[in-house]
Amino acid sequence: MINAILVLGGIGLVMGLFLAFASKKFEVEIDPNVEKIMDILPGANCGACGFPGCGGYAEAVALEGANPTLCAPGGSDVVNAIASIMGGEGADPNAVKQVARVKCQGDNSKTTKIYDYDVEIKTCATASLYFGGDKSCWHGCLGYGDCVAVCPADAIEINARGIAVVNEEKCISCAKCVKECPKNIIEMLPENQKVTVLCNSKDKGATARKSCSIACIACGMCVKACPVTIKNEDGTERKAITIENNLAKIDPEHCINCGLCSMKCPTNAIENQIKEVKKAEIIEEKCIGCTACARVCPVDAIEGKVKEKHKVDPEKCIGCGLCYDKCKFDAIEMHVTEIRK
Amino acid sequence: MDLGNLFGIIFGSIFINNFIFAKFLGICPFMGVSKKVESSIGMGMAVTFVMTLASAVTWVVQNYLLDPYGLGYLQTIAFILIIASLVQFVEMAVQKTSPNLYKALGVFLPLITTNCAVLGVAILNIQEKYNFIETVVNGMAAAIGFTMALILLAGIRERLEYADVPRPFQGVAIAFVTAGLLAMAFMGFSGMKI
Repeated sequence: MINAILVLGGIGLVMGLFLAFASKKFEVEIDPNVEKIMDILPGANCGACGFPGCGGYAEAVALEGANPTLCAPGGSDVVNAIASIMGGEGADPNAVKQVARVKCQGDNSKTTKIYDYDVEIKTCATASLYFGGDKSCWHGCLGYGDCVAVCPADAIEINARGIAVVNEEKCISCAKCVKECPKNIIEMLPENQKVTVLCNSKDKGATARKSCSIACIACGMCVKACPVTIKNEDGTERKAITIENNLAKIDPEHCINCGLCSMKCPTNAIENQIKEVKKAEIIEEKCIGCTACARVCPVDAIEGKVKEKHKVDPEKCIGCGLCYDKCKFDAIEMHVTEIRK
Repeated sequence: MDLGNLFGIIFGSIFINNFIFAKFLGICPFMGVSKKVESSIGMGMAVTFVMTLASAVTWVVQNYLLDPYGLGYLQTIAFILIIASLVQFVEMAVQKTSPNLYKALGVFLPLITTNCAVLGVAILNIQEKYNFIETVVNGMAAAIGFTMALILLAGIRERLEYADVPRPFQGVAIAFVTAGLLAMAFMGFSGMKI
């Protein structure tokens, strides 16, 4: 009995001492910053930063001086926290969250199937190998959910009509779905960009209309409607919405989210997330006639001379709110006049 | 030293008494780490190292500590203690000396602690009354046999990925069927005497 205790205890003691000695001898120094950064990172291991998981990124930031602003899911909080450890600049406070948007509305009620894709494994990647997929529109969302499978935040689902929809609140901006989609339909756009062309069809108008009832047919009515004119470097002018390759494209840098293009679009291919139609109104007592609002108005809806009270023409006003932001005297109010469906 | 005897032990441990196909020990890592040839080679290397070292140390403990004091009944617990410590030591050593190998092996290293093939070879060495040299050689040969089985199955499973497997058999099920067929093939060695 005593022997047994002594021998087993002895083996345990010897092994323990040996391990204690070995752990000192083979001690690997880990930079304490790695662990600190690891604790800050969200731990989603989404790979948006381009490093293998959060651990790989923490190591790269602490030891190899990688860019500390790459964690998209963490947002500005994480960037600031990392910056406070590593030194250097924090996040840009004006940075806007980027969200994934599926640029297709051609669900099963708007498009048809050109063949019966009846196989064991249904993925967008395999379906797109056969004639570019079973959807009548070559450019459209196939709806087999490759993006759903790859999304680490469960932010995408295939709706009842067979099309991918992103829950923008859940989206962590990792852009994995953008890479996964074989049709390149998903695009990362700033969250405050509320008006979006939800179509990816580069077909000519007639072809696009035939294959999908909600497609962009490149008619150019949105371009005409757009109130924002931008001067190019070579002196020519363009609008904040342009037609490229038979597809309307909004420039989020210049778009004022007025929604005029969305209203004018004959096929409803442009979505406006802002459902409230607003009109600006000038409070005469507060207006000092500085003309700042009139100058900023994209549709010339504000009239008035210098040092006189200004007026908004409700017919012309598109409710973009630019004058509201510009007025330093709180003399402009935005009223909701209508709720769009 | 009888070289013929050693060759017999090596051949016997690798083919005739293969730990997986004949003794059915260490099936857990055999199924768990046989999805890719690359990782199965890493696992095999780690197992080889631990098995060889564990064979040597447990033989010394058995013959110079347990047997003289009549403590044979403590064999299992003492051996597990030793194997666990050794695995821990190997993990530390590998992490220090070769961080790349450490990353490649990953979780497989600590997994070896619970690999019954390691304990199995240590106990079998004692049962067969091998001397020290034979023990070390047997430990290493058994580990090589284990590695070979792992790589064989991993190679087949890599190809199975592309095969049209009926749904009820997909995944681990077909892997077990494959392993069973492999084991039957290895039965051809059984009964050989060297």
